Amino acid sequence: MVTLFGIPAQALFGQLLLGLINGSFYALLSLGLAVIFGMLNVINFAHGAFYMVGAFTAWLMLQHLGIGYWPALLLAPLVVGLLGIVLEKTMLSRLYKLDHLYGLLLTFGVALMLEGGFRHWFGVSGMPYPIPAELRGGQNLGFMFLPNYRGWVVIASLVVCLGTWYAIERTRLGAYLRAATENPVLVQAFGINVPVMVTATYGFGVALAGLAGVLAAPIYQVNPLMGSNLIVIVFAVVVIGGMGSILGAIVTGLGLGLLEGLTKVVYPEASSIVVFVIMAIVLLIKPAGLFGRER
Amino acid sequence: MPDAAMLEIVDLHAFYGESHVLHGIGLEVRQGEVVTLLGRNGAGKTTTLRAVMGIVGKRTGSIRLRGTELIGMAQHRVARLGIGYVPEERGIFSSLSVDENLTLPPVVKPGGMTLAQIHELFPNLAGRGSTQGTRLSGGEQQMLAVARILRTGADLILLDEPTEGLAPVIIEQIGRAVRALKRRGFTILMVEQNFRFAATIADRHYVMEEGHVVDMIPNDRLAENTGKLHAYLGV
Repeated sequence: MVTLFGIPAQALFGQLLLGLINGSFYALLSLGLAVIFGMLNVINFAHGAFYMVGAFTAWLMLQHLGIGYWPALLLAPLVVGLLGIVLEKTMLSRLYKLDHLYGLLLTFGVALMLEGGFRHWFGVSGMPYPIPAELRGGQNLGFMFLPNYRGWVVIASLVVCLGTWYAIERTRLGAYLRAATENPVLVQAFGINVPVMVTATYGFGVALAGLAGVLAAPIYQVNPLMGSNLIVIVFAVVVIGGMGSILGAIVTGLGLGLLEGLTKVVYPEASSIVVFVIMAIVLLIKPAGLFGRER
Repeated sequence: MPDAAMLEIVDLHAFYGESHVLHGIGLEVRQGEVVTLLGRNGAGKTTTLRAVMGIVGKRTGSIRLRGTELIGMAQHRVARLGIGYVPEERGIFSSLSVDENLTLPPVVKPGGMTLAQIHELFPNLAGRGSTQGTRLSGGEQQMLAVARILRTGADLILLDEPTEGLAPVIIEQIGRAVRALKRRGFTILMVEQNFRFAATIADRHYVMEEGHVVDMIPNDRLAENTGKLHAYLGV
């Protein structure tokens, strides 16, 4: 058997791939959190719940309407984004003048209600979601076997992350967004409707979570608690990357996923805490996060 | 219509939370005029500009731009009427490049200056497009803050202390630019502590004290009012 550093290559690459998949979800989710935090200064605790709602929307569409994976990939994020817009318009926007803690508490409450509701209706056992026919099977890369769907998830997530980064850092709309993040009052005084931008940003951020949910459905099964299991790690990713940093969220998400995978091979006992150990170290050395700026 | 009031403020009260900052001020700025607000720190000069833009807690009274009432109007619509605001802290965005800062405010009216004309007015900004906005010197940031609203077609400019904290040679450059703007027909309402700078540019001066407008002095009668003005400003 081929070994690298005394580790069977099959196991190493297998775990690294798993890490890359997890990292793709960390990146997608922490990206949405970073965009929302940057613009709204709200730590969106409902993010994991919106991810779950995205997965459930896809599942429900398939079960009851016969809408398959590919349309769901577009429709479910749209549904989640609209839910987010309603939440922002009717509740969240009333809290901006108060301490940030209130936004956190509201979204935490919403997360509990969403998860409780879905648990009540659907129970906690996972519902399988079939891999779309086009992406079944896999590739033998020589050193490992790559299931097509997992390769697709990594690529799709990378494309969406980089596309979002480009839109924010390189376009005119992105310039509005960055400027409004820094000084919303002045941007408004230039004649730009900032409240609408804020609403749209929240909708977009949670739509990313919804998209991640659809991508995750065929891998992790659809389960009311799928979000809360993931979101704790995603928050750690955001802290490590730096609150509000777009690039930080993407790079840290993927990097920590890989690191987690690597830890599973080298020292499996530490794999579930390695992210938090890194978080503690980063907070000690660079409290604003790896890519964050001190405010 | 040289005498038509472009901006007309009547009995304006403004509040930040519980504190009552403006106590029924009135003033007017005519088309093509440069008018300054003079007064000590805390007299309400900056608040007057902010009240026009709608960025104070609460306003009562009347602020009319060419007859259109601004009080009660959604904040982002005010700029769309053709007002360009240059805040005291300059408000250059650190996450935007110089070019992005320059092109950020949307065009609100036809007839704005082109980038070439702006670079001619402020040569320091030419060739610096990809520099991070806040890496410019203080004077250059001030120029950028003015430059970015010249593109928009706004014809009334609210300038809050354009010379604050700048070296004399830069102040001279800003002064030249403001005079050039005046020649181009811009109407300017300017807060200024630097009374000597104001005197070289303005047509009229309003003096503010503790949230009231206490005097109005035309620039050509400045000499005979110097003693009074020194008493107001405490210099």
